[in-house]
Amino acid sequence: MSLLSADGVTRIYGSGCEACRDRTGDAAGTNQCPACGSVVACADVDLDLQPREVLGIVGESGSGKSSLAELLALEPNQDGHVHGSVEYANHPGNLLDVDYETRHALRNGHISLVHQHIRDGLDLDFSGGGNVAEKLLASGWRNYEDVRERVASLFEETEIPVERMDDPTHTYSGGMQRRVQIARALAINPEIVVLDEPTTGLDVSVQARVLDMFRRIQREEDVAAIVVSHDLGVVRLLADRTLVMRHGRVIESGLTDRVLEDPHHEYTQTLINSAI
Amino acid sequence: MTILSIDGLSKTFDMHVLGDTQVVGLDDVSFDVQTGEFLAIVGESGSGKSSLLKCLYRTYEPNSGRVVYHGPTRDVDLASCPARTVIGLRRDVIGYTSQFLDEIPRVPAVDVVARPLVEQGHSRDDARETARDLLTALSVPRELWEAYPATFSGGERQRVNLAQAIAPRPAVLLLDEPTSALDPETRRAAIDLLSTYLDGETTVIGVFHDTNVVEAVADRVVVLDDGRLDRVVPVDEYDGEVVVE
Repeated sequence: MSLLSADGVTRIYGSGCEACRDRTGDAAGTNQCPACGSVVACADVDLDLQPREVLGIVGESGSGKSSLAELLALEPNQDGHVHGSVEYANHPGNLLDVDYETRHALRNGHISLVHQHIRDGLDLDFSGGGNVAEKLLASGWRNYEDVRERVASLFEETEIPVERMDDPTHTYSGGMQRRVQIARALAINPEIVVLDEPTTGLDVSVQARVLDMFRRIQREEDVAAIVVSHDLGVVRLLADRTLVMRHGRVIESGLTDRVLEDPHHEYTQTLINSAI
Repeated sequence: MTILSIDGLSKTFDMHVLGDTQVVGLDDVSFDVQTGEFLAIVGESGSGKSSLLKCLYRTYEPNSGRVVYHGPTRDVDLASCPARTVIGLRRDVIGYTSQFLDEIPRVPAVDVVARPLVEQGHSRDDARETARDLLTALSVPRELWEAYPATFSGGERQRVNLAQAIAPRPAVLLLDEPTSALDPETRRAAIDLLSTYLDGETTVIGVFHDTNVVEAVADRVVVLDDGRLDRVVPVDEYDGEVVVE
């Protein structure tokens, strides 16, 4: 049984034309349509996520990973044309067509996104606890004591010092800010968490702690996850299966260790041979 | 009873980055594995020993041939079944360990060993207790149990690795040189543990370089030569040839 499945998901920035899909992608060697200049951020993406599963998406900058992640996580974005469908087990219909209220309800109860850029996900002038509490308030929590208790337990779970809860988030280290984002994403007990570059900008020792913390929580709470990263090490440690993207297309997919140790596509072989 | 039927297994690597060179890993390998037996794979470096194990585990996707696992309820072809079937079998049935520990840094050794048990549904406390027993049996010093394996010596890390692989008592266990970095005494302890802890319930297929180890543990020996099956012989008919390193 699929929890989330995508079929032909496409996002095109620009006017778009009939040639866009044919003249972009892996064989064309570009994601920009030579006829109309539109950028095909991702196209014809099919994927399928089951409960408790972790799916990795790797590729270089500009390969379409984040565009795809944002679509799957119902991130509001008015730019560009979107095609295809995303089906979610707990909601009928195409998630790409939902109205504002439904999107709000799903994002505050079912599907969470951990943004690549901390400033997209957090208000740094707010306290760390306030950033997490905001998500709870949006999903209908009202009692002040309950909210504080829940935030404190999320801080504990994500290994942020609880005594820093009321300090402004800009006073936190990068690793703590990332953990606040994860705490915020988990606050609503989502079915699916989408992590966009969860370790970017963190130093190596902090990366390991964030990954281990996320893996523990993901398994203990049976959350399914989509992990987007340009870092092959991150998907190797977290993902059961992995998709490789290039020029907006999925060019290879399979068991993570198979993709990394027996890559079939020329680009995947290059990617793996270039890893430090 | 046969637990694995390997039939015509071949693996060729297309190295696009090397001008589309083709490298043959395995060429038409066939043999059966009996439930509960200990099979040693031997051969020179580059003869395909690790490739064979990785094809059985599906880390390598075979180009042709079958690897039929005869499960309690049904047969599954590991060479071609869907990725998710492989993931399920890896959790419940098939274990694999290489020479190198592949874990998230900064996780204590005891939790590294306990992890597969927790994933199978055992409580954290029970899993950690089993993990401590295994680390004891492999003479990993007690003061290292809560330390991070990344800081361990090669031999210590290999013992953590081996303990993690055998902890869940998989029906089929694939071992790629699990004792190569151990001194003779620890190696003997590791070999003893394989027979006592696994208690003959687990089918083991292992790559070993050391003839003494092969003779101590194996029921039968699979000899590979340049990616092809040379012979499969009972261990008492195995003359130790080919193990040149």
